[in-house]
Amino acid sequence: MTSVTEAERAVRPAPDPKGRRRVTDHGAWFLVLPALIPILILSVGPLLYGILLSFTDAQSGRTQPTQWIGGLNFRDLLHDTLFWESFRIGLVWAVGVTVPQFLLALGLALLLNQDLRLRWLARALAIVPWAMPEVVVGVMWRLVYNPDAGILNETIRDLGLGDGRDWLSGLGTALPAVIVVGVWAGMPTTTVALLAGLQNTPRELHEAAAVDGAGAWRRFRTVTWPALRPVALAITALNLIWNFNSFALVYVLTSGGPGGRTRLPMLFAYEEAFRYGQFGYAAAMGCVMVAVISILLAVFLAGRLKGGDEA
Amino acid sequence: MRTSRTGRAGQYLALLAYLLFLALPFLWLISTAFKPPRELGSLHPTWIPKDPTLANFRQAFDEQPLLHAALNSLIAALGAALIAVLLATPMAYVMARRRTPLARAATGWVVVSQAFPLVLLIIPLFLVLKNLRLINSVPGLIMVYVVWALPFALWMLVGYVRAVPPELEEAAAVDGAGRVRTLVSVTAPLLAPGIVATALFAFVTAWNEFFFALVLLKTPEKQTLPVVLTHFIGAEGVADLGPLAAAAFLATLPSLVVFAVIQRRITGGMLTGAVKS
Repeated sequence: MTSVTEAERAVRPAPDPKGRRRVTDHGAWFLVLPALIPILILSVGPLLYGILLSFTDAQSGRTQPTQWIGGLNFRDLLHDTLFWESFRIGLVWAVGVTVPQFLLALGLALLLNQDLRLRWLARALAIVPWAMPEVVVGVMWRLVYNPDAGILNETIRDLGLGDGRDWLSGLGTALPAVIVVGVWAGMPTTTVALLAGLQNTPRELHEAAAVDGAGAWRRFRTVTWPALRPVALAITALNLIWNFNSFALVYVLTSGGPGGRTRLPMLFAYEEAFRYGQFGYAAAMGCVMVAVISILLAVFLAGRLKGGDEA
Repeated sequence: MRTSRTGRAGQYLALLAYLLFLALPFLWLISTAFKPPRELGSLHPTWIPKDPTLANFRQAFDEQPLLHAALNSLIAALGAALIAVLLATPMAYVMARRRTPLARAATGWVVVSQAFPLVLLIIPLFLVLKNLRLINSVPGLIMVYVVWALPFALWMLVGYVRAVPPELEEAAAVDGAGRVRTLVSVTAPLLAPGIVATALFAFVTAWNEFFFALVLLKTPEKQTLPVVLTHFIGAEGVADLGPLAAAAFLATLPSLVVFAVIQRRITGGMLTGAVKS
């Protein structure tokens, strides 16, 4: 490779033993800057700008200059019952998705960790929801839930359990129906993480416990779980955050309907910002969401520090 | 470890239930994609189309600019993946090899960035990109995707760099290779599969992305596949099921193929990233 020698010649440091250390430190900066600059300009900067916007009356397409209005957005937000209803739905959704997701993924990971036939197929299939665009997942489940042409109602009719119903438009069924989709879509990440954790549990300990006559549940509780705990905690915390902030799935499935029953906070803020143009107010909503998520994250970190120091 | 016969049977039963839960919705999508309108309207849909047809695919291409959207998606995803990996690899190397405050801050940012709701990021980005006249443009979207892909690209790459033993680099240094020479001829080849996996993962994530594309791309000729897909669903939530299913199926294929290729590496990368951080 000619480029190797060229690059070498160009960057080779001066043969001064005292200057060497400083050169490598410059090298580190040189390596970090290409990523750091875009991060600062397009991620850290906008986030700070976003927090500032929440204290202004910024609106889209307005001619007057934006004004600093202090905590007015937050005071309005405090009395915005629609927002808090959306917030409540967001929490129900986040917990309602994360908990079954974890339990189902744990079951699947334990199965995949066994010496079963068809394991390869299950492993491949378990990844499929991960690879699919969220929009397609939403479209797919709309087809499943479709009141006439959907397979769910057809199965219900075949089993003689009635006529089925319009799952995504029913006031009582819409949220549970989208939660099922959330569970389905998020299972792969959780399963993969837990499977990775399981493969780190000491096999000898497991066998020793079995020889000592410990049953499956006992072995799981005393050998598997302690080793799995840090991974389980981490992935659950991440799932909570991701689910609380989720958007595309529900946007495609119900657009927040019927009657706002599935309007997650992200959908609410999106409409506020890009349908009604209330940038400042929507930014304030984002800030409130971050605050809640930070509390969740703090709880998670505290638990993690107590539990798994080896991670 | 021995498991009783009934225990085994129970395990297979559970595995079967998982397989059905995971596979059936996708099979239903494929089934719907190949059904003629008459069957889609019938009250007793079947798993296997009685009269399979490609008409839905033709209609899907007629109704929406799918090819153009796919091209936009491809440009956005390729651009984002290549630039993200190009920027992230050197930084990941520093984060993995050195315990500088900067590396620690970067790791912290990777975690914190996950917690911010995208709406708080998109409003300022929208305003900034508007000033730069990069709204409704694929390059603008690429810029956003790059920054959005950087956290997990860094996360995965740090894991892969850690998997390269530093002793190898030290050995090369002892043999008289300079820093750059060591990086290029010792570290890079060992890192290459990880870099490719990260790039492909970033590609799929960008290909699948919806929220930023929805906000930033306004006109149909600029929009990416996921956004165009939602146009099949009418304002009242009424959708033309056949073409919708056909288009959704096609939009998924690239992601599935790429994921099948990198499946093992991804799980491996997540593992090292998760365990060693």
